Amino acid sequence: MTEVFGVPLPALLGQLLVGLVNGAFYAMLSLGLAVIFGLLNIINFSHGAQYMLGAVFTWMLLDRQQVSYWWALILAPMGVAAIAAVVERTMLSRLYLLDHLYGLLLTFGLALMIQGLFTNFFGSSGLPYVLPSEFSGSFDLGFMRLPRYRAWVVMASLLVCTATVLAIERTKLGSYLRAATENPLVVRAFGINVPRMITLTYAFGAGLAALAGVMAAPIYQVSPLMGTDLIIVVFAVVVVGGMGSIVGAIVTGYGLGVVEALTKVYYPEASNTVIFVIMAVVLLIKPAGLFGKER
Amino acid sequence: MEVILARGWGRFKTGFTELTAVMALALVLAPAFGVYPVFLMKALCFALFACAFNLLVGFGGLLSFGHAMFLGGGAYICAQTAKAWGWPPEAAILAGTLAASLMGLAVGLLAIRRQGIYFSMTTLALAQMAYFIFLQSPFTHGEDGIQSVPRGLLFGLIDLDHPLAMYYFVVALFVLAFLAIHRIVHSPFGHVLVAIRDNEPRAISLGYDVNRYKLICFALSSALAGLAGSVKAIVFQLASLNDVHWTMSGEVVLMTLVGGMGTLFGPVVGAFVIVGMHTYLASLGQWVTFTVGLIFVVCVLAFRKGIIGESTRWLAVLGVKGPEGK
Repeated sequence: MTEVFGVPLPALLGQLLVGLVNGAFYAMLSLGLAVIFGLLNIINFSHGAQYMLGAVFTWMLLDRQQVSYWWALILAPMGVAAIAAVVERTMLSRLYLLDHLYGLLLTFGLALMIQGLFTNFFGSSGLPYVLPSEFSGSFDLGFMRLPRYRAWVVMASLLVCTATVLAIERTKLGSYLRAATENPLVVRAFGINVPRMITLTYAFGAGLAALAGVMAAPIYQVSPLMGTDLIIVVFAVVVVGGMGSIVGAIVTGYGLGVVEALTKVYYPEASNTVIFVIMAVVLLIKPAGLFGKER
Repeated sequence: MEVILARGWGRFKTGFTELTAVMALALVLAPAFGVYPVFLMKALCFALFACAFNLLVGFGGLLSFGHAMFLGGGAYICAQTAKAWGWPPEAAILAGTLAASLMGLAVGLLAIRRQGIYFSMTTLALAQMAYFIFLQSPFTHGEDGIQSVPRGLLFGLIDLDHPLAMYYFVVALFVLAFLAIHRIVHSPFGHVLVAIRDNEPRAISLGYDVNRYKLICFALSSALAGLAGSVKAIVFQLASLNDVHWTMSGEVVLMTLVGGMGTLFGPVVGAFVIVGMHTYLASLGQWVTFTVGLIFVVCVLAFRKGIIGESTRWLAVLGVKGPEGK
């Protein structure tokens, strides 16, 4: 059997795939954080809770209403985005003139509220979500087996990320968004409704987190606590990538997912900490992050 | 605060001394009035923790979201030296405090390279790393924690197993640390710190080595947090993962926010309120998490100055000048 540095090739490839799947989630979540941060200048601490909401809504849709995965893929993110829009209008919008740290504290409080509420209803143990039958089985690539659902997650995440980047870089709405990120006042003077754009941006970022949650439901345990530890890792990913660049968030997300998986193969003890260690090193060498600009 | 410092320095000082004396007296007498010492000791440990945190956020303007690593780190080192190495309590507490300040230096060196929100995210991520390191190190016994830490003989004389002896030791340490923080805040160093908080570019242009001040502030704050953790380990004879978890970092932010950021008494009041809430609402289970979140949201939206900050404002409206000013 072929071996790479003493590890059998199929095992290595299997872990690489796990890394890509994790990276797909890191990328989608840090992309949402970056988009929100760009316009609102706040770090959305509720991002993990919104991811969890996406997964729990998916589970509830199937368990209570027999609504399939495919519908959940649309309904859950829209539901979370609607909630997020209300939150932005009623609470976050009051804080824009204050220190940005208050936005962090508010969203942290919201995350605790959501998490506490759902733990009450569902307990903290995982709820199993049955994989849709379309996704059972795997592709045989000759050198390894590729489970269909994992292939779908990686492809879908790449698609969503690319679409988001294209929408921001190529469309008219995206150009408004970029302009408002640079200078909201001037954009407003041109007659563009910036407050509404801010609401939509926050809703979009939250929806993106929920979409990641829907895709996570069949792989990870659906639980009210699933987003909390993940979001801290995503914060580290964001610090490594730097907030300046949307593409940077995506690339760093995938990259660190793979690095984490490789660490699991070669030095399992460090697999929990490797992303944080990389963050420390990046902070020492390039404090603005790999793709970021000092500002 | 800076306005008051310039205008009513004398009054500020008097008010502080009187209030501190009242607080110390209340703490000394509380057990005689039937207040449960264990509750008080727990509240005092968290009050010290919150004061340490407040030194960083309230006066240095640096919101750390990873302060649990210093509380828990101090607790682990103190528990280890007291239990496995048989050190007397005073030496173990000193070891825990020192270890936390060294951790603070290392973490601070990294974290102060970024500002604002990035600083918070960096400290949170580094604290999560510390959590996993403590989880995996054999000496912490993972999920079990270091249990039945001996309280021992203080200075070889006072038996801390006696509940009141332990209590008065904690009160003494707390009051001393509180006075130390007051001293730091009102020293030239503290004034430079506030200047950096309010206008960093200006402080730089005046020739201050801003990063050095921030780093020293971070190390002082983490040392005091480590002291709180060490005392907590001796009092409860336990050092566990709870103390290093990120929820603890959130908790201390909440205590400070509820009491009033940037006021000296605020964190103390906030700690008593939150510890009290946890004690009396313990039966509510997960509703506690919800309530904590709700308090966060309400405070941020409507009560940003906290209990002390808001009441000082009302006193000022009524024409009374409180000790905290602002």
